[in-house]
Amino acid sequence: MRVFVDEEKCQGHNRCFAIAPELFDVDDYGTAFALNDGAVPAGLVDKARLAAANCPEFAITIED
Amino acid sequence: MTGMYEKVLDWVNDFDHADPEYNERAHEIWEEFQGSECPVAHSERYDGLWAPFTYEMVHEIAYDTEHFTSQGVVVNTGRPLIEAPVGPAPPITSDPPFHNIARRLLLPPFAPKVIAEWEPEVRRLCNDLLDRMGAITEGESIVDGAVQYAQSIPVNVIARMLGFPQEDEALFRDFVHNVLERINEPAEDREAFMQPLADYLDKQIEDHRANPRNDLTNYLLNAEIAGNKLSDEHVRGSILLLLVAGIDTTWSAIGSSLWHLGTHPDDLQRLVDEPDVMMFALEEFLRAYAPVTMARLVKDDYDFHGCPMKANDWVLLPFPAANRDPKQFEHATQFVIDRQENRHGAFGLGIHRCLGSNLARLELKVAVEEFVRRFPSFTVDGDTRWSVGQIRGPRELPLRVVKTS
Repeated sequence: MRVFVDEEKCQGHNRCFAIAPELFDVDDYGTAFALNDGAVPAGLVDKARLAAANCPEFAITIED
Repeated sequence: MTGMYEKVLDWVNDFDHADPEYNERAHEIWEEFQGSECPVAHSERYDGLWAPFTYEMVHEIAYDTEHFTSQGVVVNTGRPLIEAPVGPAPPITSDPPFHNIARRLLLPPFAPKVIAEWEPEVRRLCNDLLDRMGAITEGESIVDGAVQYAQSIPVNVIARMLGFPQEDEALFRDFVHNVLERINEPAEDREAFMQPLADYLDKQIEDHRANPRNDLTNYLLNAEIAGNKLSDEHVRGSILLLLVAGIDTTWSAIGSSLWHLGTHPDDLQRLVDEPDVMMFALEEFLRAYAPVTMARLVKDDYDFHGCPMKANDWVLLPFPAANRDPKQFEHATQFVIDRQENRHGAFGLGIHRCLGSNLARLELKVAVEEFVRRFPSFTVDGDTRWSVGQIRGPRELPLRVVKTS
């Protein structure tokens, strides 16, 4: 599984970083980006889905 | 007390959010609009005002900077004197492309990791306020969750960040009340009673110029756009924004959350038994009790889904209503303390996402945690008085302490 953050859509709500700091980080302007090229380890699949389901701007997509 | 208004008898055609009944009955009023054929209210008050109540419409307007300007974000009897794209309080009152320039200046001091460092300070402040409530007798003592607690938390933090004197706390609340609640008084009166705020900001800026220190006021005074220092107007406007937006918004969120816990003992018990549920509860407080309704002005005459909007009409953006729209959220009118999917728009949607959202979240989380830690059982006992206008939250909130820790 991989996660992607669309930086154009991200407005810095910081929901993904709060839910899954193992998978996402934010820059100095609050814009999110995926860590490790978006690779999701097996144990973090649920957290990845939770992060995507809580983005108010629908900026996160998941590739299974 | 607030304003002169004529009581609203027709919420569809003579809408006025400054009628105290609006915030008292908000959830009911929104449900009525969301269930009706026409989910948009209109009014001739304020020289033209519209209010759409569905998530879809609020979302559409929040993203539409072509037909709507942010130049004015607080509906009132006048119209903003400083024009787009800068507006009177950048970046909240700014439009693209200037908006992004002004916003990027202020994003770093409010970034998640910078704000996280304030946590111990906020926790200490909350405990000081709880200590100051004095001796508490279980089952008997009544504390005011708004006056003795919620209202002092954000004001203290933002004053510290701006480098303004802590002892001016009451003055700041007075300024904010003038800006956000006295919206339906005549425009010339508004100008007069807003003057002390402008004078106060000028005095603070002067003092920071003469005695520079490490705070947000000096940060703004040192900031540059394309090699030029910001104009005095820009600095004053941004400070005005931080002061006004940073106070009664979060105060309202904290108060509404305590109101919920004081009227829903099962949810309070769950937080006490299972503190980790706060991760979801925090977002559910924000969804179900979002305090902030924003506003826009219509740029040119525009037909919005059949509503004949005129240039310079106000349009409210009720994110709190959008957050309770059953077409967007399952069990929208229920508070689900561990709601898993929660894409709420409490901090707005699109380019104007609340700059202080990370600080607001931190204050709300810590304030509720510390209150519940001190008082694991309490109930609302007496009349709650709700605010008037675009920011919704309790201004008086009597809570009977049933149990102390």
